[in-house]
Amino acid sequence: MDETILKEYGRDAALRKAPTGDAALHVGKKAQHTGLTIDIVKEISEVKGEPDWMREKRLESFRIFLSKPVPTWGPDLSHLNFDDIVGFVRPKGKENTSPNSWEEVPSEIKNTFERLGIPEAERKFLAGASVQYDSEVLYKSLRKSMTDLGVIFTDMDSAVREYPEIVKRYFMTKCVPATDNKFSALHGAFWSGGSFVYVPKGVKVPMPLQIYFMMNYPGFGQFEHTLIIAEEGAQVQYIEGCSAPHYTKDSMHAAVVEIFAHKNSRVRYTSIQNWSTNVYNLNTKRAMVYEDAVMEWVGGTLGSKVTMLYPCSMLMERGARAEHLNIAVAGAGQIKDNGAKIFHMAPDTSSKVVSKSICKQGGIVRYRGKLFVAKNALRVKSNVRCDTIIVDSESKAETIPVMDIRSKDAMIGHEASVGRISEEQLFYLMSRGIDAEEALSLVVRGFIEPIVKELPLEYAVEMNRLIEMEMEGSVG
Amino acid sequence: MALLETKNLKVYAGETEIVKGVSLTVQPGEVHVIMGQNGSGKSTLLNALAGHPKYSVKGSAEFDGKNLLALKPHERARAGMFLAFQSPNEISGVTLSAFLRRAYAARFGKEVSVAEFEKILRDKMKLLGMEPSFAERGVNEGFSGGEKKRSEILQLAVLEPRLALLDELDSGLDVDALSKIAQTLALIRKKETGIVIVTHYARILKGLHVDKVHVMKDGKIILSGDGRLANKLEEQGYAWAYKNAIED
Repeated sequence: MDETILKEYGRDAALRKAPTGDAALHVGKKAQHTGLTIDIVKEISEVKGEPDWMREKRLESFRIFLSKPVPTWGPDLSHLNFDDIVGFVRPKGKENTSPNSWEEVPSEIKNTFERLGIPEAERKFLAGASVQYDSEVLYKSLRKSMTDLGVIFTDMDSAVREYPEIVKRYFMTKCVPATDNKFSALHGAFWSGGSFVYVPKGVKVPMPLQIYFMMNYPGFGQFEHTLIIAEEGAQVQYIEGCSAPHYTKDSMHAAVVEIFAHKNSRVRYTSIQNWSTNVYNLNTKRAMVYEDAVMEWVGGTLGSKVTMLYPCSMLMERGARAEHLNIAVAGAGQIKDNGAKIFHMAPDTSSKVVSKSICKQGGIVRYRGKLFVAKNALRVKSNVRCDTIIVDSESKAETIPVMDIRSKDAMIGHEASVGRISEEQLFYLMSRGIDAEEALSLVVRGFIEPIVKELPLEYAVEMNRLIEMEMEGSVG
Repeated sequence: MALLETKNLKVYAGETEIVKGVSLTVQPGEVHVIMGQNGSGKSTLLNALAGHPKYSVKGSAEFDGKNLLALKPHERARAGMFLAFQSPNEISGVTLSAFLRRAYAARFGKEVSVAEFEKILRDKMKLLGMEPSFAERGVNEGFSGGEKKRSEILQLAVLEPRLALLDELDSGLDVDALSKIAQTLALIRKKETGIVIVTHYARILKGLHVDKVHVMKDGKIILSGDGRLANKLEEQGYAWAYKNAIED
């Protein structure tokens, strides 16, 4: 990779410019647990009993965080107050051991599920998954069959202790280094929780691995880290769903997802995010995709105040393939700035993006895409399709596709459509007895169907339900 | 009681008056045909009766003795009114069967299970000689002109309306498809469904007993008669009708 590409990829010069010494470390220091300070970084590391290398990584990341400005190229983040974000809150009632059966999960957490209306079947399904409550994984149970296959599915904190060689090699090194952006640096300093998935060579995980993330305290920032490694020929599907009850203070979610899809492997990462509408959702998600491997991103972003999310596929070797499917909904006071970044670094690599956005009641959706094809990456194929429905005249949609094609024979397709739901369409449905609100939700459900059909059944049901809820009150 | 009774019905698109006072009475089981040249207001009349938001309406219209004009489009449909569209809209990603199941539930005010509805739908499709796979396509998504019409006919057959308003359902169809329409109409008519057909040609009417034929011009019904009027129009053209209307 040449220097410019490296820069675009995120490893800019900031690393070399990171401030050092105590002065830098004490910037932003406030009373404990009310801001993001070096003391909290140290405390996190200490409480977790982390090895020195991880502690160093955190401190280094914090320096980088302080040195980087808040990005200004995207949505307005000036209301984001880092000092109001509590970086690390241990869930109440958690002792040294995690509960390992449903009965032991605290009843207030069960109540949260109840309030979120997670269907009974899904709650049972959760018994086979792991649930993150606030910063730490509280409930986790991995089916024995998976352990027998050599698959590791555990929380990130345990992984640091139990699998240091793997974590050290992959954690915020090649894929998403702390220097990538201000929020990945913040994440590197304060990360807590998240999951670790390791699938050995040739193993096909027979069922999707699932996790729920939640945020439950006002002003509480969450920085979970997900690291997925699929060795040669491995196959795995990982699903996370996020929901949060409403609360009053601005809150932030700055997760990092790192995925390694080695030769001939296949990874599907599915995520549905439904943060309450005061959350800044600023994630960095990236996959390194090697020879003939396939990486699939399936995402749904609802809720939140500001979302900046551009899952990135680095197609590093011949034949690597990426598919990005995303649904974004922006309502009153919401900005969804999302898209896909694909870097074709090798010949015969291919990619496909399908983005479906809906904006209503003054919401703003923006597709921000980046497509790069390196000079030596011959026979590249890429197809990007982004469709937007604008429900009313106060809402806004924009498409910002950036293409940097340096090879001579790339086949690139880009289609974008922005449409309004027409009076004619709604009248047609209403003339069949369907009321205005249901008609609107039906049109929208049809619009996102190409992506919803890729979701597992219970998620598809939930997604459709969320969309219906989102559409309530959209008809004037 | 009449199924539909309009008195001096006027329809406006913005400021423009398109239908200029139509009085029409349709009894249960009656078949009415409205003919007329392009721009005479036939389609506008049907769309306004179904409650198209584009139009404002003056005068009176009663459906089953109730004030039709106070009902929203979906309420009219639930009360048993059905409009077959001249060029129906595409609802991408929603299958015809899923759409029709919702419409069925709305029309008859009861939820039906997927399996239950599938049986109902299959029976109707069999009757109309349609392949079951047709209902698994997106509503009008990539449909040819003929397929759109067939979809409308299927909807008509499934929803069993009390009053069917058919807006040029016959245009662009071949003879086989036309005979299927006539068959369907004969079938629903047995159930005392009133039918109002807007058409340019009398051929849709073959094999269907027509009670009344109306000729529209410039937003008004200028001539009404029995079924024979349709044939006469086909033979002699509208000029003849206009002449007769003036003499009337």
